[in-house]
Amino acid sequence: MTVLVDECRDEEASPASAPAPLLRVEDLHVGFATAQGHVDAVRGVSFAIAAGEILALVGESGSGKSVTARALVGLAGPKAQVAAGALSVIGHGGRAVDLLRLTPRAWRGVRGREIGFVVQDALVSLDPLRTIGREVAEPILAHRLLPKSRVSAEVESLLGRAGIPDPGNRAAQYPHELSGGLRQRALIASALAARPRLLIADEPTTALDVTVQQQILSVFADQARDGHGILLITHDLAVAAQLADRIAVMQNGRIVEAGPARRVLTMPAEAYTRRLTAAVPGAATRGRWLGTTGDAPVREVVESDRALLEIDNVSVRFKRPDGSALEALAGASLVVRPGETLGIVGESGSGKTTLGKVALALQSPDEGEARFDGQPWSKLAEAARRPLRRQIQTIVQDPLSSFDPRYTVEQIIEQPLRLQRRIDRTKRRSRIAELVDLVRLPSELLSRRPATLSGGQRQRVSIAQALAAEPKLLVCDEPVSALDITTQAQVLDLLVALQGKLGLAMLFISHDLGVVRHMSHRIAVMEAGRIVETGTADEIFDAPRHPYTRRLLGAVLRLPGR
Amino acid sequence: MSSNEGTLSLPRVRHSGAARLHPWRSPGLVLPLAFVLLLAAATAAPGLFTALAPDAVDTDAILLSPAPEHWFGTDELGRDLFCRVVYGTSLSLAIGVGAMVIACLGGICLGTAAALAPSPVRRVLVRLIDILLAFPELLLALLVIAVLGRGPTNTLLAVGLSHIAGYARLIRSQVLQVRLSGYVEHAVALGEHPWTIVVRHVVPNSIRPLLVVATIGVGTSVLAASSLSFLGLGVVPPEAEWGALLADGRNFLEIAPWLSLLPATVVAISVISITLLGRRVQLLLARGEVP
Repeated sequence: MTVLVDECRDEEASPASAPAPLLRVEDLHVGFATAQGHVDAVRGVSFAIAAGEILALVGESGSGKSVTARALVGLAGPKAQVAAGALSVIGHGGRAVDLLRLTPRAWRGVRGREIGFVVQDALVSLDPLRTIGREVAEPILAHRLLPKSRVSAEVESLLGRAGIPDPGNRAAQYPHELSGGLRQRALIASALAARPRLLIADEPTTALDVTVQQQILSVFADQARDGHGILLITHDLAVAAQLADRIAVMQNGRIVEAGPARRVLTMPAEAYTRRLTAAVPGAATRGRWLGTTGDAPVREVVESDRALLEIDNVSVRFKRPDGSALEALAGASLVVRPGETLGIVGESGSGKTTLGKVALALQSPDEGEARFDGQPWSKLAEAARRPLRRQIQTIVQDPLSSFDPRYTVEQIIEQPLRLQRRIDRTKRRSRIAELVDLVRLPSELLSRRPATLSGGQRQRVSIAQALAAEPKLLVCDEPVSALDITTQAQVLDLLVALQGKLGLAMLFISHDLGVVRHMSHRIAVMEAGRIVETGTADEIFDAPRHPYTRRLLGAVLRLPGR
Repeated sequence: MSSNEGTLSLPRVRHSGAARLHPWRSPGLVLPLAFVLLLAAATAAPGLFTALAPDAVDTDAILLSPAPEHWFGTDELGRDLFCRVVYGTSLSLAIGVGAMVIACLGGICLGTAAALAPSPVRRVLVRLIDILLAFPELLLALLVIAVLGRGPTNTLLAVGLSHIAGYARLIRSQVLQVRLSGYVEHAVALGEHPWTIVVRHVVPNSIRPLLVVATIGVGTSVLAASSLSFLGLGVVPPEAEWGALLADGRNFLEIAPWLSLLPATVVAISVISITLLGRRVQLLLARGEVP
């Protein structure tokens, strides 16, 4: 089945009523020849983008959205078979370029020149040995658009248009000297350099903080206003809601629903779109399951003055390579009570992860101390602390990195059980079966290695391993940041259910404020190693007191109607 | 119009012979593997290859050139050279494999210690490795022979000990990397004992590259042992060891060149085969075709 996006255009006036669309895709199929046979990644996708219009292609990982984008620039890979009814872009001078009939040489004339492609990962997509200026100049020189003498002035103006302050000096810098946000902007500038009219951006803001994300999105909005057509690939519905004129929802290689952004997100016609929007965590989802309908158990926190974890005025300093000191934590204090979830929010570099490491006693404080269950914790000698360590466990963003690569799932979950002498082999077996059941992991996965599992399954293994140690406190450091919406919903639901069942306390670190709001009883806001504000989730979100909290919340993207 | 209408032009998949062969069946793997298997067979049952005894002296057949009844010819005492090469295989290979095992075990211990020991000890060990690496391996082996004396066991020890430093350097760099990995930190957070972490996680994850280097190391060790014997410092002449055979033949190079040329060829092919095999396995490992 193929849904033509254009059919849904009548509901809202299209921002540009150009007769011929800039990009026309009809019945696009992309298949891959693999060792297991032919795999269809994209099956009959059709859409069009007019000048000045932003179309967002949203969906889970594996839905085929990135493959679609790559097929449009001829980069789907050597094993890809691309076929379509029509695939054309209006190039310079108004002539239509048929993308189905291009030689490799002709493709080079199209990429950059007719279609600008902003790649997914700004952190690795810039050549570390070239300055930003040379990177941006590359398309201009490759397509011989300007004489060499005028290139540097053009580069400066491009960097300025991509929202980079002080472009003259930035052009002379190397990628490692720039922040993630500036690097992403430099990539946008290089995509714009040869003046393509169509821009394709594949997850342009995924690795960025909310405040930086906001700035990048405004750069795209400016480009659309200048008459560029933009195809935005994203898994983040809020990003699509903020930026796109129209949204096309992809599932299993097909567009299942398409239409004006507001309509698709507030009144989804398809069950799949409804499921996606319902799975986005935020204020409206508190006390509800994300993956299924119905109310989650109320996780009552017994009001008590007893603290499970106390971080008392802790400072941690790291030495920079040039010898100067970096203050990761500067007198941070907080309290986690038994059974509660304390959310920690803040931009990257604000010390969230270091705080988690202090709680786990993997980082010893330079000043101040951490106490656990009323006893000294950070000041204990390692030998005395070792038997107590199982009480604080952790799950991290990339669980694969915390698993011994030689271990099977069973061995990983067994790891904490082996440390408890009283448990013999048969007891361990039955305990593993219990845990696997608890985290809803199919037991036939026990003999597999984690590298062969999906992201959601890996995170379940990691949770099962943590629970095997029977902890009182779980430090969750960005546990769902690498997962797409539906998997994220399942993992968050699991954590909520486990907390209800086991009465675990959680220190929940995330840069995603919607996730934190959904999960937390109380929230602490971090800025530059300090905790600037603490309060209940509602207090922080509805009546923020500190100016930094207000700035952070102001940058949060929300779905319409939330 | 063709039925292919609407299909992107894609680079043709190359269908030459090499591309179609399964990586396990490429000649670069099969030939060395066959030769190594042959060597293994010669070690296990030399009687299969020759009916003669390596020490059988035939005074009527002195310095004969290669012929159907004596494939490699005979030496100055009338002993069949092919027979001696076959019987020498076990000794040469045993020295090669044994020396490699000693070098690996020593390298693992020294390398791990040089990465994880307390600071003063660690510094001393790192300097020690650097100093050992500064000497040619043959010179170190000579030093060991000078202390222990000649003989097969001592040759094995000498070659093994002289190769430790290289392995230790490799292991040290791996351990330093693994030590910082997420799973080691995670094991600390689980409350595992530091020694358990070293034995269970750090060392097993550090020795992966060693497995490959070690295969190549067998070839190097065979060569090193042969060099020692050739110098008259390894295995003593009456024993049929490849290096010793070479050394023997050297005296008759003008009148019976096959006496050194043929054993030398066997040494060369063996070392090349073992090294190629190691490389191939390394390649397959890197491509993820071997679990």
